[in-house]
Amino acid sequence: MTIPPLFKIALRAIMRNKLRSFLTVLGIVIGVGAVIAMVSIGQGAKVMVEKQLESLGTNVLIIIPISTTHSATRGTTGTITLTAEDVLAIKKECRAVSYVSPGIRTSTQVVYGNMNWTTFVSGVGPDYQIVRNWHLVSGRFFNEQDINIMAKVCILGQTVATNLFGASDPVDKWVRVNNVPFKVIGVLSTKGQSPTGQDQDDLVLMPYTTVQRKIMGVTYIGVALASSVSAEARFEAIEQITSLLRQRHHLKLNEENDFSVISQVEFASTIMETSHTMTVLLGSIASVSLIVGGIGIMNIMLVSTTERTKEIGIRMAIGAREKDILFQFLTEATVLSSIGGVVGVIFGIVLSKSVSYFGSWPSLLSPPSIAIAFFFSNMIGIFFGYYPARKASRLNPIDALRYE
Amino acid sequence: MQNIVLLETVYKIYTMGEVDVTALNGISLTIKKGEFVAVMGASGSGKSTLMNILGCLDSPTRGKYYLEGIEASQLSKNELANIRNKKIGFVFQSFNLLSRTTVLENIELPLIYNKRISKIDTDRVHQIMKILGLEEFQKHYTNQLSGGQQQRVAIARAIINNPTLLLADEPTGNLDSVTSMEVMNVFCDLNNKMGITIVLVTHENDIAKYARRFIVLKDGKVLSDTPSQSTASDISQIPCETIS
Repeated sequence: MTIPPLFKIALRAIMRNKLRSFLTVLGIVIGVGAVIAMVSIGQGAKVMVEKQLESLGTNVLIIIPISTTHSATRGTTGTITLTAEDVLAIKKECRAVSYVSPGIRTSTQVVYGNMNWTTFVSGVGPDYQIVRNWHLVSGRFFNEQDINIMAKVCILGQTVATNLFGASDPVDKWVRVNNVPFKVIGVLSTKGQSPTGQDQDDLVLMPYTTVQRKIMGVTYIGVALASSVSAEARFEAIEQITSLLRQRHHLKLNEENDFSVISQVEFASTIMETSHTMTVLLGSIASVSLIVGGIGIMNIMLVSTTERTKEIGIRMAIGAREKDILFQFLTEATVLSSIGGVVGVIFGIVLSKSVSYFGSWPSLLSPPSIAIAFFFSNMIGIFFGYYPARKASRLNPIDALRYE
Repeated sequence: MQNIVLLETVYKIYTMGEVDVTALNGISLTIKKGEFVAVMGASGSGKSTLMNILGCLDSPTRGKYYLEGIEASQLSKNELANIRNKKIGFVFQSFNLLSRTTVLENIELPLIYNKRISKIDTDRVHQIMKILGLEEFQKHYTNQLSGGQQQRVAIARAIINNPTLLLADEPTGNLDSVTSMEVMNVFCDLNNKMGITIVLVTHENDIAKYARRFIVLKDGKVLSDTPSQSTASDISQIPCETIS
């Protein structure tokens, strides 16, 4: 028997029991749809995390002060261990480090005219822009002179700029922080959310010396951001920074570090792994529903072959071989499951689009996952259709003819 | 004349639980090309079993069956299916047509299972339909037809592959007497005009008399095997002449 009659017979048999076929197909539709939607949601999350990590800057190392555990006076004493001088020393002596910027941050209110906005003020150095790989949409960044003279200048993040100035350009305008006027010299480009879900654009940058003296009145810094010369050099950079800072902080051999150097990449890979695990998990849960759909096909095919025993007998009497009967029912099962596959792909695309539209959750349709889901829906038709089809093909023609 | 069927001491023994039932008890038989044979006998005499073996639906337990010189008793399931497709035509008491399928498709069905045919010979299909007067019904579903029409579709399906042997198992069992006569005339016609060899199972003498040779079975054995009263020369006059 050639292919076209096989399909004709299969389609006719499927159309004969419309409701039953529809319900059977529905199982596969839900299975395929769920796989596509779940995988695309997982992929979307992965891409979102990737984008956010990129926005943090490449080759970034974060140096944070920590309280030494054996210290009797824990707490505030721990936080003053890192100073701007440490940062300058790192810049001068660590060859694996190309740029480094101090960072100090406090929460405060920024006022422009009758508008005000509570945000973070970050004191940073001129290297900050390079370390974070953060462009300006207008104005300029700090230079060495701004640092040296503790210039009363600031650069606004997008969120702050929008909330205080709306659509107009804030550059050369004056804002007030702690009743001190600051001149806006630049506006940062948009970074979006951080991997931990914070709005990275909700901040005001100032020279770190300005924040230390004019706003906070302290001498320490809260953090140092460094970038290694290359991604591969980051371990070398960590080592160099660690030994330099241990030396500068006069730590004895048996003393623990009073600071910590974290590589962004390691942090990133942990998050990437988590989102990958989530994709796999969602995908496998969805696959279970695809298998359940397959069992539905098997069930219906078993009923169908029993109902059509007489037809099988007639076909055998006029010369259908085992193979012909096998292919007839296998084709029917496969046609059912591939109809389910096609509709399921559409359903899955609609589902993942609506999840990202209504649930503001990113989803990314990956063509391979669509292809795989469709392929598997066919495989499931063949796999679960084989047993009923084989059972039908093994019928004794005499008994089958006599079946009423 | 050429031997179409040659049975050599054929036994068919069914095992039903603990008991063995002998359905055919050493039957030997030859049927020549162009014969029209009626097989008669009470129920349980082995008629159906004989038909199943002749039709290659079943294999004998012992003994040999040659169909056109091929030993069918030695063939595999697949080869038997091929033989059924190319050399055998079946007509059943209950028609056994595919329901909710058109007349045309039912008639074409054996051609679909013929591996050698890549394209259906529509001329032949139409010719057969014309012979059996089915052309106007070709698009009808078989379950919309009368019994006589359905049986004619079944006959068309049986002869579409130009079989060596046409087997009819009580073909008039579900038909009234008038329709039965019509159908029997069709068989006569096929035998006379097309030279198709026919084996007909029946328990009605009225039907059997259309044949030219009568085999009576009893307890799985041939009880009698007699030609019809008419001689070979005037066969065509009785009673098939009535058709034309």
